Order: sequence, then C-alpha cells, then structure tokens
Amino acid sequence: MEHLEYQFSRSHEWVKEEDGLTIVGISDFAQNALGDVVFVNLPEVGDEVIAGEAFGDVESVKAVSDLVSPVTGTVAEVNEELLDSPELLNSDPYGSWIIKVENVTDTEDLLSAAAYEEYCETEA
Amino acid sequence: MKLVFEKSRPGHASVILPPLDVEKTELPESIGRQSALRLPELSETEVSRHYTELVHEVYGVNCGFYPLGSCTMKYNPRIDEETASLPSFTGAHPLAPAEAVKGCRKVLEEAASLLEEISGMDAMTFQPAAGAHGEFTGVLLIKQYHDARGDEKRRKIIVPDSAHGTNPATAAMCGYEVVNIASAPDGCVDLEALKNALGEDTAGLMLTNPNTVGLFDPNILEITRLVHEAGGLCYYDGANLNAIMGHVRPGDMGFDCVHMNLHKTFATPHGGGGPGAGAVGCKAFLAEYLPKSALMDGGGPIQVRGFAGNFLVVLKALTYILTLGREGIPQASETAVLNANYLMQGVKDVFKPAFDRICMHEFVLDLSDYKKETGVSALDVAKGLIDYGIHPPTMYFPLIVHEALMLEPTETESRETLDQVTEIFRKVREDGVREPEKLHTAPHSTVIGRPDEVAAARNPILKAQL
Repeated sequence: MEHLEYQFSRSHEWVKEEDGLTIVGISDFAQNALGDVVFVNLPEVGDEVIAGEAFGDVESVKAVSDLVSPVTGTVAEVNEELLDSPELLNSDPYGSWIIKVENVTDTEDLLSAAAYEEYCETEA
Repeated sequence: MKLVFEKSRPGHASVILPPLDVEKTELPESIGRQSALRLPELSETEVSRHYTELVHEVYGVNCGFYPLGSCTMKYNPRIDEETASLPSFTGAHPLAPAEAVKGCRKVLEEAASLLEEISGMDAMTFQPAAGAHGEFTGVLLIKQYHDARGDEKRRKIIVPDSAHGTNPATAAMCGYEVVNIASAPDGCVDLEALKNALGEDTAGLMLTNPNTVGLFDPNILEITRLVHEAGGLCYYDGANLNAIMGHVRPGDMGFDCVHMNLHKTFATPHGGGGPGAGAVGCKAFLAEYLPKSALMDGGGPIQVRGFAGNFLVVLKALTYILTLGREGIPQASETAVLNANYLMQGVKDVFKPAFDRICMHEFVLDLSDYKKETGVSALDVAKGLIDYGIHPPTMYFPLIVHEALMLEPTETESRETLDQVTEIFRKVREDGVREPEKLHTAPHSTVIGRPDEVAAARNPILKAQL
C-alpha cells in the first residue's frame, strides 16, 4: 500500500499535514471514478471551509461532482495550476494538491490508507 | 459534410428582390457597414440539398427507437402540429385587443382547467418557457409565500441526491441554500435523512416522483407531511409526469406547486433548444403569487416572461389532451409504464437493473459489474448501440448509480420494437465480451465516429473563420 502519509475521507479526498498546513486533494480512486477531469472550480484564499461541506467542484466528461472538505478552517493556498491543467488530477492525483488549509478547528473522522483501500473495495 | 458557408459561391444567391417602391436613402457613414455582409450565396436547389443532407446526418424519434430517460422524448402526433399551424392562431398578435383574441384566451383557460385537473392544482400560469424556468417560477412562489409572512429565517431548500441537476440550480438561483440528502438504498427518499435536514430554516423540498431511477416513492404522503409539519412547502418537479398522469395527482400527494413540461408530457417536439412550455400550477393559497403579464392582465407580483408564454406549445398540449381524452390520458401513462417494465424484463439478464423491482416509466441499468469483467463502459455500450441503428439511452445519470444507462421507451413503441431492442442489447453485450476493442472505438457506421469529448471540453473551439 502506497501513500501511507495520507489519510482519506469517505468522499474520496486525501489529507496530508505539511508545515502546519492541512493539504487536501482527491484520491486515485476518485479520479478514476470521475474519468477525465476537464474543469476545476476552486475557492479563494481566505475562504472558510467546513468539514463535510463542498468547497469547490470538479467537472469530468461524465458529471460535475462536489469537492468535500475533510476539515474546517481557512483556505491558505489554492493550486491555481489546476485551472489551466485540470488533467493533473488524473495523471498525478497524489502530487496534485487542491487547497492548503490553516487554522483547522475540526476534522472529519478520517481513514488510514489501509482502511481506505478496504473502503474502496466495498464502494467499487 | 461542408458548412453552408463553404458551399457558398459568389453570385449563386437565389433571391429575386421586388423593385424598390420607396425613395432610396443612404445610411450615414457612422452607422453603415465597414465590410461586406458575409452571408452564404447558394441557389435554391443548393440550399434545398444542403438541408436534405443535414437531415440524413441526424437521428430523431422519426428514424427509430429513441429511449432517452428522465426527459420523455416521445413521438408527437401530427394533429398537434396541425392545430398549432392554423392561421387564426399563428396570425394572432399578443397586443391585439382582448375582444379580437377571445379564441386564444379560451385556449389558455381550457388548457389551464384541464392541467389543473391532471395535476390536482387550483391555479396555473403558462409564462415559463420550459422546465427549468418553471422550477424557478415555482420556487419563487415558495419564496414569496415565506417573505409575505415575514418568515425570513427559511433559507434552505432540500433536494435528494437523485434529483435532476436543475433542482439545486433552481434553488440557488432563487437565493436559497441547497441541502442535499442521500437516497435510501432502495433509491427513494431516506426518511431519517429528511427528518434530520428539516427545521425552522426549511423553505421547502423539491422532489420528482416517480424519481429519476423510475421508482414511485411509497412514502410520499409521509414525506410531504413531514415537510409541512416543519413549516416548509413541497415543490413537484413534473419531469416524470408521463408515468402517472391520469392516475395520481401531485396535488393529492401533498405538493403545493408543480411545473409540467408541456413539451415532454403533452406533445411538442423538443431537444433542440425549444420552444417549450413549463406550465406552473399551485394550490389556491399560492395563487396570488403567480406571475401575470403586465400587458395582458395588468401586472402581478412577478413576471417571468412576456405575455402568456409560448402560446402555440400550450395549444399543442390542449390538442393532445383533448385528442386522448379522459380514457386516453391514463392509458398513455399505463402503456408507458408497461413498456418500461416489459423492456426491463427483456434486458435484465443482459445487463443488471440498478433496482430490480417493478419500475414506472423508466429504469436504470448498472453496468459496473460488466465493466469490471470486460473493461467495456456504459459509454462504450451506448456508442455500440448506435451501430445497430438505435439511439443510445441516457448515460451516467442519475449519479447515484455508477455506469448507469437509463431507458425510457415511452408509450408509443410497439412490442415488436421492444423485442428488437432487447435483442440489440444482447448483441452489444456479446460484442463487448468478444471484441471489447470494437466497442471502445464505436460507433463505426456513422458519419462522425467517436468524438474526443475530453479534448472538446478542455480545448473547445467555439468559432470558425469562414
């Protein structure tokens, strides 16, 4: 099992702690289920995100899906590269972070990489 | 094929203008054109052949089986078109004095009365131009109702996750916060999730019944009761009315307002962008908030479109209802439901139904197991069906079913057609097992093969240099 440093939400976002910030992206399972991503709608720096609520959306050829925040906090950084190259979410889901969150006050009940793998088995 | 602009040759124009019978004037240079008006020039024969060529490149309900679910794409009887082309109707002007257009008024009143009977509502407007516009108007009724009572804390509209995408979009357009609730495992509303979402901030619920997986929600009376108990109102999305008309009425299910897609359920070809008609009905207590035309009726609280809306579409709906009559309307929905169940029984050992129980007018197949086995997706199967000469069903909707294909045969297909369709589904399934690559690149028999949807979405080229 790769990506041991990541934790996962049940709505298929990954979470990683780095330099005091909480980094959020979408999992390989998520990008695979979505299909080719063609557009990403991102929040702005300074926006409040709430655990369990949408903070943006991704549009694939199939559908538009909410990005659900695994944490409550303030958006510190946004990966604007995704606006021009949304396909990075498909080609490198773990390297392509979406937002970095600061002042985190609440976190969803997250799964370890191993538990998430099992969870995806049941979802698939 | 070539664009009409590419076929253009200077001097081929086919218009013979009558002689000028007024004094010639020159436009001042400031507002005159600086460059030539680049309209295509073709002879009448060439124009005629161009459009005939276009006809041969499209596929419609007149060409063969066309099972687009969640958006009833049914055959529209010719008689409805004939009525709508009567010169006394097409020649009427919306600003004509009331006494000169009594017939048109009568059409609107008669259609309103019949649709009120079908929907179980007390009042009706024909202003909205189509379904989503009707939703917008309907939710504005809910908003005006709460605002008039000073009940401003009601800021949320509840929408199930199986809803048509227009429902949350409508609620947001009306300034509401959207609360999405997950469906129960049987595809219907999860009563516990609904109870948890309801509260003093609930403005209303938007619901389609039968829902987008083609199931009639057996808890509907409890659902509308719970919403009313919390102080909210219930909005009925009439997109699936074709399944129940003449049998069950949204008004009797506890809904306070509805929209009906006259262009889906009651004749008028659609799918090309209109015109449609999203008639909105409501119970008596909401009637005062209905839109009124300032020019025709002297104004009302809101106006969502000019005059009476798309009058000729209403006329087609009236013709359809009167042609079918009190026996024909329920028979149409019965046959729509029977056809869907017959087709589902036919294809259920080909592809797995997402919910294996008696369905209403449409059903959803879940191809995720088939995709795991063969690598062939719902998209590939849909494209493969084209090579057998039928239109693909709706794909990847509703979102709660992975690898979804949604089929709605409608009431106008014969048993023979449905048997043929079952056989085609069986063949495509076998093709995918035997030659998956062939399906990945399907269709092979059409003018345009498999478009690169990803490239089209990522790098759209929206204009051409002609």
